[in-house]
Amino acid sequence: MIKLTARTSERIAKVFILSIAVLIMGILIWIIGDILLNGIPHINFSFLSQMPRNMGREGGIFPTIVGTLMLTVLAILIAVPFGVGAAYYLAEYTKGGIVTRIIRFGAESLAGIPSIVYGIFGVLLFVEILGLGFSIISGALTVSIMILPTIIRTSEEALLAVPKIYRDASFSLGATKWQTIRCAVTPTAIRGIVNGVILGVGRCVAETAAVMLTMGGNVLAVPSSISSSGRTMAVHFYILAQEGVMQNAYTTAAILIILIFIINIGTNAVIDQFISKRTKGAR
Amino acid sequence: MSGNTANKIEIKNFNFYYGNKHVIKDLNLSIRANQITSIFGPANSGATTLLRAMNRLSDLEPSTRSTGQILIDGQDINDPKVNVTDLRRKVGKVFEIPAPLPLSIYDNVTYGLKFLPGKKKQEILDTMEWALKTAALWDEVKDRLHDPALGLSGGQQQRLCVARVLALKPEVIIIDRSCSGLDPISTSKIEESLIKLKKDFTVIISPHNIAQASRVSDRIAFILMGELVEENEALQILKFPKDQRTSDFITGRFG
Repeated sequence: MIKLTARTSERIAKVFILSIAVLIMGILIWIIGDILLNGIPHINFSFLSQMPRNMGREGGIFPTIVGTLMLTVLAILIAVPFGVGAAYYLAEYTKGGIVTRIIRFGAESLAGIPSIVYGIFGVLLFVEILGLGFSIISGALTVSIMILPTIIRTSEEALLAVPKIYRDASFSLGATKWQTIRCAVTPTAIRGIVNGVILGVGRCVAETAAVMLTMGGNVLAVPSSISSSGRTMAVHFYILAQEGVMQNAYTTAAILIILIFIINIGTNAVIDQFISKRTKGAR
Repeated sequence: MSGNTANKIEIKNFNFYYGNKHVIKDLNLSIRANQITSIFGPANSGATTLLRAMNRLSDLEPSTRSTGQILIDGQDINDPKVNVTDLRRKVGKVFEIPAPLPLSIYDNVTYGLKFLPGKKKQEILDTMEWALKTAALWDEVKDRLHDPALGLSGGQQQRLCVARVLALKPEVIIIDRSCSGLDPISTSKIEESLIKLKKDFTVIISPHNIAQASRVSDRIAFILMGELVEENEALQILKFPKDQRTSDFITGRFG
């Protein structure tokens, strides 16, 4: 066996880790670069604002933008109260007993299920049994179940990462449990909780299989309400790519990526504003 | 020493357990009003646990239990009738590590006040100013009350934590391992304010070294492995300890 000196093994480790980092970044830049280079030159106002013609071969993608936004907003509105609420329950109100472990195990199992299974479940429960039909609300309910585990786990970890000393300090200043959670724990954990929500948003925007099954992706009209059918950009992209309409698929994908960037940056800016306000004590 | 010998706190046959670990063993101790009492012992002596039990912060830890009594003004603090948030306002606590909340300086000092109903804005401002002055921090922060508290130096943060407790006008102030890891200037500022504070408060500290205990304490209780070894006037303990273990500790033979 070859015995390496500490110096050599240090160097090998460094080179190894660096090359992995370069490889991963390279792949990421390649994919995103390819999409943006091919897509951005074709983004213009009429592509964003026009109806698709000839099943998306010509015209714009306006209805799919509306569909994506409606689905995402609705799914987040449904998932965040339950997900963040469950995280607070797990992190603050249980003491690591059997109930906690069952909930945690359940959440982890949910995260591992393929999205097509959620899609079938959504069709059975929301579309058929609850009679919501192929609609944006059915899609949003299905996707909100999918993003619950992400939101629960990320928020729970953010809450558990709040140093114990903050809770002790708050309690010893005469705060009740709820006041401690509201005034000492939440301001510290808010960034992590929001990160969980952003991950959820990303999944809503990108989800294809489950959405296609539950939202009735064949309709290419602007959805008039949450009970109309609709198509999201991700579904539209999938169908276009499958039918070989590559240019419009690229353009749609580029817009999708830019939208996710905007959501991430926008949310972080809002949170920064919120946090700096709190630390400045302005009311 | 001070002529006032009224007992503020009486600890009677107190035992404390973490699970099966018996960390405080049948402890009896009286703490006098308007004095500085040092509860003193090496690491893991049980001093920190005892201080946590005095405002029932120990309630927050799972699988702990206690027997015996801690009486404050004759009232058992573990009595079901006692409102625990009122108790914690009455028995303020400063932690070993300065722990300002990630809020502004102003919000930290007024943190406890905002949970008390019916406080007027001016009253809160006056209390905040008084608390910061008493903790010898006002001059350093008066122009930047709305800056984040985490931007202060370690010594300033520790004084902020003292001010935050003072703002609630407690009757007893507990300072755990006070000033460990602070620079000498901050330490002497905190010690000066402690000596001023004892006029109006009962102060309990767990000093982080013998020199500090000798500078500020009126009385010293020496605790080892959860047992009270001896308790007496500071000078008696430091100069003429009755127990061999106390004198071994003071002369630096262990700990």
